[in-house]
Amino acid sequence: MAVRADEIPVPRGRPRLSGRVRGWLDRESILGPVFVTPALLLLLLLVAYPFVMAVYFSLSNAFIGRPSQFIGIKNFVRLWESDAFRQTFQNAFVFTGIAVAFKVVMGIALALLLNQQLWFKRMIRGAVLLPWVIPTALSTLGWWWMFNSLYSVVNWTGIALGVMDPPGPNWLGQRYYAMAAVITVNVWRGLPFFAITILAALVAIPKELYEAAEADGAGANARFWHITLPLLKPVLAVVVLFSTIFTFSDFNIVYVLTRGGPINSTHLFATLSRVVGIDTGRIGEGAAISLYLFPLLVFVVWAQLRFVRKQAY
Amino acid sequence: MAVAKRPRLRKVTMHLLLVPFLVFALFPFYHMTLTSLKQDRELYDRYAVPLVIRQAPTLEHYSKLVWDTEFLTWTKNSLLVTILATSASVAIGTVAAYALARLKFFGVSTFGTGIFVTYLVPTTLLFLPLAQVVNWVGLGDSKWALVLTYPTFLVPFCTWLLMGYFRTVPKEVEECAMVDGATRIQALWRIVLPIAVPGLVCATLFAFTLSWNEFIYALTFTSSSDQITASVGVTTELIRGDIYFWGSLMAGAVLGSVPIVILYVFFLDYYVSGLTAGAIK
Repeated sequence: MAVRADEIPVPRGRPRLSGRVRGWLDRESILGPVFVTPALLLLLLLVAYPFVMAVYFSLSNAFIGRPSQFIGIKNFVRLWESDAFRQTFQNAFVFTGIAVAFKVVMGIALALLLNQQLWFKRMIRGAVLLPWVIPTALSTLGWWWMFNSLYSVVNWTGIALGVMDPPGPNWLGQRYYAMAAVITVNVWRGLPFFAITILAALVAIPKELYEAAEADGAGANARFWHITLPLLKPVLAVVVLFSTIFTFSDFNIVYVLTRGGPINSTHLFATLSRVVGIDTGRIGEGAAISLYLFPLLVFVVWAQLRFVRKQAY
Repeated sequence: MAVAKRPRLRKVTMHLLLVPFLVFALFPFYHMTLTSLKQDRELYDRYAVPLVIRQAPTLEHYSKLVWDTEFLTWTKNSLLVTILATSASVAIGTVAAYALARLKFFGVSTFGTGIFVTYLVPTTLLFLPLAQVVNWVGLGDSKWALVLTYPTFLVPFCTWLLMGYFRTVPKEVEECAMVDGATRIQALWRIVLPIAVPGLVCATLFAFTLSWNEFIYALTFTSSSDQITASVGVTTELIRGDIYFWGSLMAGAVLGSVPIVILYVFFLDYYVSGLTAGAIK
């Protein structure tokens, strides 16, 4: 049944409200803000506002259940003078530095291996990635048991293989061993991220480059140093920045494994901040501790934005 | 050079080199599961070989965990929080990502940068003031506090991931639909979203995993046994003073990981692609 154009009723006057709303929503300058509003509200109310609060707390003597007073930077100064905080400060750099270094080196090695022709490729990748998806607090419990002072399977194996003297170290009770333990668990949990991301970058390197290099007589070592590594650099930089911020601010592993002990030797900013801010109720000081993370965050964001801007926009 | 000429030998070598990595990655899970199945007698025998089960395996620790503790409640809480926070975050993230990837409007690039910055803000920087916010809103010691706060890290993540996906959908497809009379929202709903399904699956999986794994907010904002999540319950309630119920602890760690492992087995490839997309894009 053909309908002639002039038979279609022409809307007169102002279109109905639903029609007008439809019209507005087709305009990018209106739809855009409408679409970002929920996210924007969330970030303003639950990220930006708490952040401002954290800054205020850190400059006050806030204590649970008591009105707070502005005291300037006293918290920061007092912290800097306390042994527990200095120890934490040092721990954070040792922990992050060593853990990230291990993750980079092992990540590159693992990615190179995963990039080979392998049997059961999918299964191997799945196995390698597993530590990264299991809830960290729960898997760290497993490590806690593995490092147990009496029943440590690590020590048992070491002794059985003859590389440790019985009874073996008390992993979580001695300071350097405890640090080694938390670093091990962090590397274990973070390695998949490095391996998989670096692998993705490796796959993207054109095969022709290697063929040409081989034709020129470059050995495997030369190909790695002169082709693979330089081409991996941008991805490595991004991954290292990413991982640095999250390793530096780690909480779960230390909290479950050592609670910062023995004698503060494994405390990180987040765990100390929790002890001070929640357990003893000194919110102001706790907030000041966690704000020591902030300069690093600023640096990483700045560096990332430069890299990301260059790549994506 | 000798190795390169014999591809088979090379292949075997590569597999051998992978073995230490695989042992490192998997051993904790193996040991955890093993412990959870051992009888106490064997578990606390310092001279027994810890790497295998010699005496008959038992499910005793699991039944203790499920019937003598509130484990089922914790799991229910985890599921509720995770499902609500994930669906809200994916929805909010989807529209925000679409707007950021496709629409031109005032402040779009500032907001894009803002999303990226919040994506990098670690939860450990905000848990103290957020605890106060949660109390003010009247959600202290309630799982609803987690439903409210988890989107703070899930939304930036989902938005960032989905922006990448929306950029890969060609603009022309959508423009065609609009020329044919569809509104922009219809074009998004009927054309763009179906094409972006892999991205949506990926964002959902990651949001689910992230909120299932979340620990510090759950630990700080909730404490009553009927409000806490599985991770918190297993790590705090199974330890009484100096007594550790190792068998049940390990059973809890195993069971608490099950939902994620199930997703993981079915959607491995999405995890791999999402992991790389998050960092590189």
